[in-house]
Amino acid sequence: MSKLDSKIPTGPIKDKWTKHKNDINVVNPANKRLIDIIVIGTGLAGGSAAASLAELGYNVKAFCYQDSPRRAHSIAAQGGINASKNYQNDNDSDYRLFYDTVKGGDYRSREANVYRLAEVSGNIIDQCVAQGVPFARDYGGLLDNRSFGGVLVSRTFYAKGQTGQQLLLGAYSAMNRQIAKGKITMYNRHEMLELVVVDGKARGIIARNLVTGEIERHSAHAVVIGSGGYGNVFYLSTNAMGSNATAAWKIHKKGAYFANPCYTQIHPTCIPRSGEHQSKLTLMSESLRNDGRIWVPKKLEDAEAIRAKKKKPTDIPEEDRDYYLERRYPAFGNLVPRDVASRAAKERCDAGYGVNATGEAVYLDFASAIERYGKEKAHVLGMHNPSKEKITELGEKVIEEKYGNLFQMYEKIVDENPYKTPMMIYPAVHYTMGGIWVDYNLMTTIPGCYCIGEANFSDHGANRLGASALMQGLADGYFVLPYTIGDYLANEIRTGEIPTDTPEFDEAEKSVRDRLEKLLSIKGTKSVDHFHKRLGKVMWNYVGMARNADGLKKAMDEIKKIREEFWSDLYVPGELNAMNTELEKAGRVADFLELGEFFAVDALNRNESCGGHFREEYQTEEGEAKRDDENYAYVAAWEWTGDPRTPILHKEELTFHDIELKQRSYK
Amino acid sequence: MSNMNLTLKIWRQKDAQSKGVMETYEVKDISPDSSFLEMLDVLNENLVSQKQEPIAFDHDCREGICGTCSLYISGRAHGPMRGVTTCQLHMRSFKDGDTIYIEPWRSKAMPVIKDLIVDRSAFDRIQQAGGFISVNTSGNTQDANGIPIPKGDADKAFDAAACIGCGACVATCKNGSAMLFVSAKVSQFALLPQGRVEAAKRVLNMVHQMDKEGFGNCTNTGACEVECPKGISLENIARMNREYLSAKVVSDEKIG
Ligand SMILES: Cc1cc2nc3c(=O)[nH]c(=O)nc-3n(C[C@H](O)[C@H](O)[C@H](O)COP(=O)(O)OP(=O)(O)OC[C@H]3O[C@@H](n4cnc5c(N)ncnc54)[C@H](O)[C@@H]3O)c2cc1C
Ligand code: SF4
Ligand code: FES
Repeated sequence: MSKLDSKIPTGPIKDKWTKHKNDINVVNPANKRLIDIIVIGTGLAGGSAAASLAELGYNVKAFCYQDSPRRAHSIAAQGGINASKNYQNDNDSDYRLFYDTVKGGDYRSREANVYRLAEVSGNIIDQCVAQGVPFARDYGGLLDNRSFGGVLVSRTFYAKGQTGQQLLLGAYSAMNRQIAKGKITMYNRHEMLELVVVDGKARGIIARNLVTGEIERHSAHAVVIGSGGYGNVFYLSTNAMGSNATAAWKIHKKGAYFANPCYTQIHPTCIPRSGEHQSKLTLMSESLRNDGRIWVPKKLEDAEAIRAKKKKPTDIPEEDRDYYLERRYPAFGNLVPRDVASRAAKERCDAGYGVNATGEAVYLDFASAIERYGKEKAHVLGMHNPSKEKITELGEKVIEEKYGNLFQMYEKIVDENPYKTPMMIYPAVHYTMGGIWVDYNLMTTIPGCYCIGEANFSDHGANRLGASALMQGLADGYFVLPYTIGDYLANEIRTGEIPTDTPEFDEAEKSVRDRLEKLLSIKGTKSVDHFHKRLGKVMWNYVGMARNADGLKKAMDEIKKIREEFWSDLYVPGELNAMNTELEKAGRVADFLELGEFFAVDALNRNESCGGHFREEYQTEEGEAKRDDENYAYVAAWEWTGDPRTPILHKEELTFHDIELKQRSYK
Repeated sequence: MSNMNLTLKIWRQKDAQSKGVMETYEVKDISPDSSFLEMLDVLNENLVSQKQEPIAFDHDCREGICGTCSLYISGRAHGPMRGVTTCQLHMRSFKDGDTIYIEPWRSKAMPVIKDLIVDRSAFDRIQQAGGFISVNTSGNTQDANGIPIPKGDADKAFDAAACIGCGACVATCKNGSAMLFVSAKVSQFALLPQGRVEAAKRVLNMVHQMDKEGFGNCTNTGACEVECPKGISLENIARMNREYLSAKVVSDEKIG
């Protein structure tokens, strides 16, 4: 247990970070040149970290599996990034952002980390603007904001529906400047497949060059993992096809504890699946809930008629629609947090009110927003008694201005015009709050190995609020890690270059090679995707939006069975020493097959419902999540033992000094 | 619309050194609601089940934003629809019985790595030559609202910044020019006050790198704008030319 020291600084919460920065070691500029840092991942977390560390003078080696750092999955983030700037004068503050995040996370996050996140949030916006990130602006030339779920202020900065893209291109440009200077060496199309630990410290990695198939050794004085989330354990998710858990899983198996794997975010507004061929799910940004109203028919016969295509949504009169979020949660309405909105959609669809052929869809309707904006616009233009058509036309223009690219994306996928007919949406796996356990310095339980961004567990508790992942990724990379890593590296200035011709590297490389060769030599009959899809189905059915003890046990057994079959009946074509996309996938799915079972173990251990973790046995009479603060106000940090079924649990008790622990209410 | 059967003619090439050939494949029972890449997934599943190597193609986000997917489909970059990437193309754009030609981007500066995958690292190197604003990370940059930016400029900068770096502009240009791509980045920064400081140096360096990478000249045919999935406008090329000329004059004067 001694290993689990969260290193939270003492003192009042608002002074902790400042005090900590003053207390920790600093490496002098001349010595930084003698130190190498490996950064896995070039998303918002890894990209911002790599650039900032290189600016400080460290030698950075950055890795990503894509053909360019600019393509990390952060690029796909749509809606926005939070910061407590209070530009809208709506009484926002660091404290309020902190409070919203802890409450939104259903009181399962570490107070000190979250406060720090809120504290640096403003700096992120300043930094990004200085880099040339073109955030949305109003006519006065100042930055615009919108609202996201679970909060009552407008603190989300955005660049149309492409905020992640613009922020990532900002970090990418900062990286490019350092690449040009030779301070970052970029390894594109490389996949980290093992961590090398020497004398208990992280000293390097084994990576495979995905173009040539070559297996390479890279050494460094510290290794930073910013490899993103593990949502693809469900096969279908809003993640990219290549998003994977491999880097995180490898360090876990080398001694880094993995925390709260069962905290997964199912996002309420995604495009419903259309058939068996489906390879991924597409998010419709939460920002749409600013203006869209969610409903299903009140009458079962209407829902049936819609499913049979005998009725259209526009045929259902106002009084026969059930705006169920507004009905159940009058204070927050359509802007309740994601976990609440997702479960409410599932509840209605399970009760038979779903509106597409599969019965798994609800409406997100913009008609009233179009009318409201149309009237406003007509008024501004000085039109008296504008016709209904004119109002609609003007209103649609406003909506297009705000969400044009999302509406277009929707139309391309579904082949329906969402300006004219409500969108159909359904929850889908989106984000993983769980991840590698880190202390306040973002260091894992392996000295010298850090973990940042979605890959760590740190700031979002059991449920992440919208627009907070981008904030966390950039906070970690720009403003936290560059300081905290110095504390560790200050003791490394005399270490000298780390050699790679040592037994530890030999052994690590051999294990990677053996495993890849094993995957190629099974020569069974089934493809990687076959196994991945089966795993995904089990995960979704038993470890998805609602879980219970029986289902979880069943999932554990089934996953184990699929894993055994995988290792005896998999077929991977091609060779080791060449580009081989099937082999890449095989390695990732092999890890997911372990992670999935482990995930269910954590979900079974947590006998309560909180945030994204909903255990059917633990709910209030109204069907809301019922937490058990007495027994479960802890972070479950698991130690690998060799079998995903029997990890060792280490508890980090969560204490709340600055926020009162209470039942979350959005009513 | 019912499911369809298609004939695919696909470029296969073992690696950068090998010569490639077009191979013919049949796929059956494809849903019009599946995406183009999902159709290729089906083909690949079949190939793997017959113990053959699947077709290598680049893809990741599958929602039109990462710029990873490419593909020259029956003579058009990203296929027949305007304003979409290959991953956003759906099979409802095709008819039962169609023959579809699928090739990689073809450009001297973007050589094939395997099958349909090409090497676009030249784009990264152009960005490294100047596609940034020289500002270090610090908690002390000025307040984000310190410099108001006229909405019109901010919107134009955003429109230019929307480029996903896919390379369709190059693939589609008969000269293999990268002007649309480069001009998008140059414009984004040129339109913002933060970017003006280094504007002259940036445009000179980026254009220099572009030429060095072996991209062709721009002869204003405008094909790139038509095929660009993000609607990057030719205006950007005009702006870059202006930026380049004035920067060149200044730098020549300095040198002269
Ligand atoms: C569709 C979508 C929309 C979203 N919208 C928002 C939003 O509006 N606001 C918000 O706050 N959050 C949003 N999120 C969440 C947010 O985008 C992510 O949580 C965040 O971007 C993750 O950043 P990251 O840097 O941790 O990881 P990523 O951006 O996923 O980057 C992972 C990096 O690791 C690399 N990598 C992975 N494994 C390996 C390996 N083994 N070897 C080498 N490299 C590896 C990859 O190449 C990549 O560079 C959204 C997420 C999705 C999926
Ligand atoms: S300009 Fe258009 S076509 Fe060219 S790389 Fe950018 S997005 Fe692709
Ligand atoms: S796969 Fe990302 S743009 Fe097509």
